[in-house]
Amino acid sequence: MMNCQQATRLMSEAQERPLRLREKVALKLHLLICTGCKNFSTQIPWLSQLMKAHAQGQDQQASPPTGQ
Amino acid sequence: MIPADDPSAPVTPQAPLHDAAFMADLRQLMLRFATLQLSNAHAAEDAVQEALVGALKNAQSFSGRAAFKTWVFAILKNKIADTLRLQQRSVNASSLLSDPDDEEALDELFDRRGHWQTDERPATWSNPQACLQQQQFWVVFETCLNALPPQQARVFMMKEYIELDTPEICNAVGVTTTNLNVMLYRARLRLRECLENRWFVQGERA
Repeated sequence: MMNCQQATRLMSEAQERPLRLREKVALKLHLLICTGCKNFSTQIPWLSQLMKAHAQGQDQQASPPTGQ
Repeated sequence: MIPADDPSAPVTPQAPLHDAAFMADLRQLMLRFATLQLSNAHAAEDAVQEALVGALKNAQSFSGRAAFKTWVFAILKNKIADTLRLQQRSVNASSLLSDPDDEEALDELFDRRGHWQTDERPATWSNPQACLQQQQFWVVFETCLNALPPQQARVFMMKEYIELDTPEICNAVGVTTTNLNVMLYRARLRLRECLENRWFVQGERA
């Protein structure tokens, strides 16, 4: 059975290359029983979006902190 | 006729270019980014200069600072991508990967069997879309990005922002695909953890 370290490594690598069927199945099984890794799996693609949004200057258009 | 300076006047398209402080800040930001990416001060200086000259040609079409900054960074990104694609490095991963402190710090996220330590287990991030609109979030994001070991930040940006593909990054940095995957993995682990600790969990506790 795959552990969290292996699962996170594979989820990161999935950003670089398509996973093999064997890897996908093992990962799916792990995610069924692991909420931490399940959260991780949605957050990793999000990091990529954040990097792009940041670089495209969305941060410049964001509204100032509330409470002033 | 050229209108006189009037503080209440709407921002004119050329305004960013006539704001010396804004331009100086922007240039600093560009230089920092280009220097990290190209690891060569001279090449970075050239790329920034070319990007600024390129952007000024179209300066009329910008409605403000944010649009101008976006444009000038898009040009800079292309210049850096071109330069990196032409660079050929021999594989020399040792200097990039041998950081025992970093390995140790990341190993602490997991227990001996490779499962998350209880207090390191990723939490649910509530409504992450909303953070895009909050200036304070971007301050945290930048802090977390700057906290990455420089070479991890560099390859993460090459991949996610400059959008080079794996062989191109390996070539430019001089690492194997396996090395690169490890560097990106560590960058993501670290960045994720930092954002969670400094923003998402904080926000929920508040």
